[in-house]
Amino acid sequence: MRRFVGRRLLLSLLTLVIILVLITMIPNVAPGDPARKIAGGTASPERLAAVTESLGLDKPVGEQLVDVFSSVFRFDFGESFTRPGTSVTSLVLTALWNSTKLVVYALLLVLPLAIAGGLLAAYKRDTWLDRTIVNTGVALSSVPEFVIGVLFLALLAVPFSFFKVLANPPPDAGILTQMQFLLLPALTVLTVYFGYIARITRASTITALDADYTRTAFMRGLTTGQVFRKHVLRNSLVPTVAVVGTQLGYLFGGMVGLELIYNYPGLGRLIFDAVDAADYPLLRGGVLTVAIIYMFATLGADLLIAWMNPRARLSLSEAG
Amino acid sequence: MTTLQNPPTATETPALAITDLHMSYVVRGKPREVLRGVTFEVRPGEAFGLVGESGCGKSTTAYAALRYLPRNGLITGGKIEASGRELTAMSGSELREFRAHDASMVYQDPVQAVNPVLQIGRQVAESFTVLGHSSGEARDLARKALERVHIADPVGVMERYPHQLSGGMLQRVVIAMALASDPSLLVLDEPTTGLDATVEAEVLDLVRELRDEIGAAILLIAHNLGVIRTMCDRVGVMYAGRMVEEGTVDEVFDGPSHPYTVGLLNSIPRHGLRKTDRELFSIPGNLPQIGDSLPTCVYVDRCPVVTELCRSEVPPIVDRSDWHWTRCHHPDRIGEIPEPEEIAADHLVGEEEVIGVHGVSKTFHQRSGDVPALVAVDLGFAEGETLGLVGESGSGKSTLAKTMLGVYEPDEGGAITLRGRPMATKATQRIEESIRSIQMVFQNPDSALNRSWTVRRILTRAVSKLTGVTGPEADSRAVEVARAMQLSERHMDMRPRQLSGGLKQRVAIARAFAGDPDVVVSDEPTSALDVSVQAAILNLLAELQRDVRTSYLFISHDIGVVRYLSDRIAVMYVGRLMELAPTDAMFDGPNHPYTEALLSAVPSVDGEAENRIPLTGEIPSPKDPPPGCVFHTRCHRFIEGTCDVLEPPVVEVRPGHTIRCHIPPDELAAAQAEDLGDLRDVLRAERQA
Repeated sequence: MRRFVGRRLLLSLLTLVIILVLITMIPNVAPGDPARKIAGGTASPERLAAVTESLGLDKPVGEQLVDVFSSVFRFDFGESFTRPGTSVTSLVLTALWNSTKLVVYALLLVLPLAIAGGLLAAYKRDTWLDRTIVNTGVALSSVPEFVIGVLFLALLAVPFSFFKVLANPPPDAGILTQMQFLLLPALTVLTVYFGYIARITRASTITALDADYTRTAFMRGLTTGQVFRKHVLRNSLVPTVAVVGTQLGYLFGGMVGLELIYNYPGLGRLIFDAVDAADYPLLRGGVLTVAIIYMFATLGADLLIAWMNPRARLSLSEAG
Repeated sequence: MTTLQNPPTATETPALAITDLHMSYVVRGKPREVLRGVTFEVRPGEAFGLVGESGCGKSTTAYAALRYLPRNGLITGGKIEASGRELTAMSGSELREFRAHDASMVYQDPVQAVNPVLQIGRQVAESFTVLGHSSGEARDLARKALERVHIADPVGVMERYPHQLSGGMLQRVVIAMALASDPSLLVLDEPTTGLDATVEAEVLDLVRELRDEIGAAILLIAHNLGVIRTMCDRVGVMYAGRMVEEGTVDEVFDGPSHPYTVGLLNSIPRHGLRKTDRELFSIPGNLPQIGDSLPTCVYVDRCPVVTELCRSEVPPIVDRSDWHWTRCHHPDRIGEIPEPEEIAADHLVGEEEVIGVHGVSKTFHQRSGDVPALVAVDLGFAEGETLGLVGESGSGKSTLAKTMLGVYEPDEGGAITLRGRPMATKATQRIEESIRSIQMVFQNPDSALNRSWTVRRILTRAVSKLTGVTGPEADSRAVEVARAMQLSERHMDMRPRQLSGGLKQRVAIARAFAGDPDVVVSDEPTSALDVSVQAAILNLLAELQRDVRTSYLFISHDIGVVRYLSDRIAVMYVGRLMELAPTDAMFDGPNHPYTEALLSAVPSVDGEAENRIPLTGEIPSPKDPPPGCVFHTRCHRFIEGTCDVLEPPVVEVRPGHTIRCHIPPDELAAAQAEDLGDLRDVLRAERQA
């Protein structure tokens, strides 16, 4: 087991190195002169040179790499260009905290509903209920999140003051107020992900329900509830866990449209703004954070799956 | 079992009584009838067998006995009564109680029948908690249940997960779970299909032993008629969702009175039948599909003694004895069913060696150490010869086949020769001639054929790949090959899924024969097929061999089939050849003790003497072979101080018959004759008692 985790961590480290190389290269290969973009078209040559230097673009790429790597180990990405005086680290951490709140809230809504929906659809396979769940899910998840977000704004936030147009709560808001402000973005995530997760759960539950061991359990005289709890769930939730694991990274870093619509200062928004303003230090910090989240989310999902499946778990513990 | 062990009395309530049961499967919205009025009874303590081809409804009947219907299943008429209680009228909770307390089932594939993510102990204990025991008690009872099915180290096994146990062990676990409630009805659906012959014999022994102990009524489904004969008191023959004949096993198997039963019995090679004697009987045509409207007599389209009467009137039940009846207009004309003709053409085995395997070893290098899967195997094939290869799973049969084909590269030092010239060891390095010369037929044609290709494309490609011929020439050659396999032009444009199992296997054989090979390696080619289809495939293989003098390496666990088709038989154990002999010599003996055990494990449909030599424990891993003779750990003729120390020599019993054993052949012969004599005495005494 330890060997498995160690190997996975090593591989993740390799991924990180590749990502670092890539984000170091961005300003070097970006169209136009990044320094001019930052300093402005009318900047003096001295100012331009200063910005170029602060970007590290005057150095050879090799040295730039060394700088970026050392900055990672110190967890110090320097200062943001757009907000001078603020360290990238503190900006990223604030955005990360905001994203975490939204993701956790959204998952608390999505997972129980989608899994329950999937289980129910599988149990009532080929009935109107199954078809309703599956078709609703497909319909909802085929609309992009920014469209749903706008629709929610128009249909809910505008007429009802309970729903907030802006998701960012006042600084000293309590948890309930925060939840109220974040409700619409979370509901948007729910509509986007419900169908996806419900369908995955449905498919794997059907496989488990059709399996011979489930038949054995029924033949043993167990009730449907017992069969589900003891025999079906553990087998059927494995793919769901895998999917949630891989989607977690996207939820943190990829919900740009959503965060823009609701003006929510999460990681996606941070990265978007950094790209827009050519704020390279901030961009590096943001992308790296999302990459690390991806890494740990998939690793966590893999470990969870291994734990759920004794075959994988035992072969791991034998190897480690 | 000449008489009923438990002569039923009229007053006894049957453990299971199925009366005029009609069932349908709803396919694309339409109900299609699968059971068309099945009636039979299983009395307390009795074992009743159901036989028939796949699709005849026997498994559906078995599941109906516990009212377990497939999702699209529908009972449209009739009654299912267990110990006098009507199952179809039970509520959900009554049915659960019934399944928990009164009836149990053992399934075909034990590996699938247990939950892969739960420890064995938990699953067995669950059978007891459902009866109302506390979890502590249940664990205790689970341990006892595992002891009862002779699992060594039950406490250790309870901690393990299904994938850590062999199929035979798992089937014992499933049986332990089934017996948890001391059920009055035990349904066994093909409980030993897919298990090795030796494991099958052990599982059957266990069921027999427990049966005496628990006194449950048993409903046994099996396509292996030998299993039914050795396990059951009475048997019902099913065809197209109906029972066509019923009686005691002796009556039905020794005096079959329905043409279908005769057809089934004639399609299996019995009484030491060989390919040089006659063809096997193969029932022409196919089983009607579910939902087809049936003619007056269900068998009328395939019956060899059909008359006008059969087409105009439904046959009545004709009693043959107190317990034996048939649903046939002409039970007296059974004797007129012609036996397949004797084979006129001589079956010639050439002198020259076509393919030779010389000192071939194969070691797999794994992280945990080397695994010698084949150890110095020597074999040769003459033109037109069949070499049968037998041995338990894990004995190295498939490794040998794959090494010959060049899938695995043998270790340095060995050679595979084609007409005396060594071939490249890997298929990718072989010249066309070598690849063409040796081809393979797999067990499962479904996964061996590209399912999105038509038969024509599969065969044309094989022809052009193997012979280099392309274009219309390849096309006509493909048609020619297909015709030799008795595939018609109509089949050429079908895809595999549109063909029946037997036809698919014909396509797979046609593919192998496309390049006119010297040797065809067949790995269990008929074990997934019904006996009648198996007979047709065996006939085809024998006929091809007579016509084009191809040699076969024929791997099978079915000794009867191997005996029918083979000229010589090789017995493998842990990667070594233990015995090699011409077929007749193999069955005359003397034999290697391992061969002796293998041969004795076969349940015989002829009800012959059963002198089973148990093979206890599991086959050793080739990774860690026992010292001395690899078989000594399980050998019933083990000599301490010799067999566990010294590698046995290869001794020639007579020309062409070799045994790898320390015991000299004449001693083996004497001991084996004596054992057989003893057993005959025992049997004679039993019969008289």
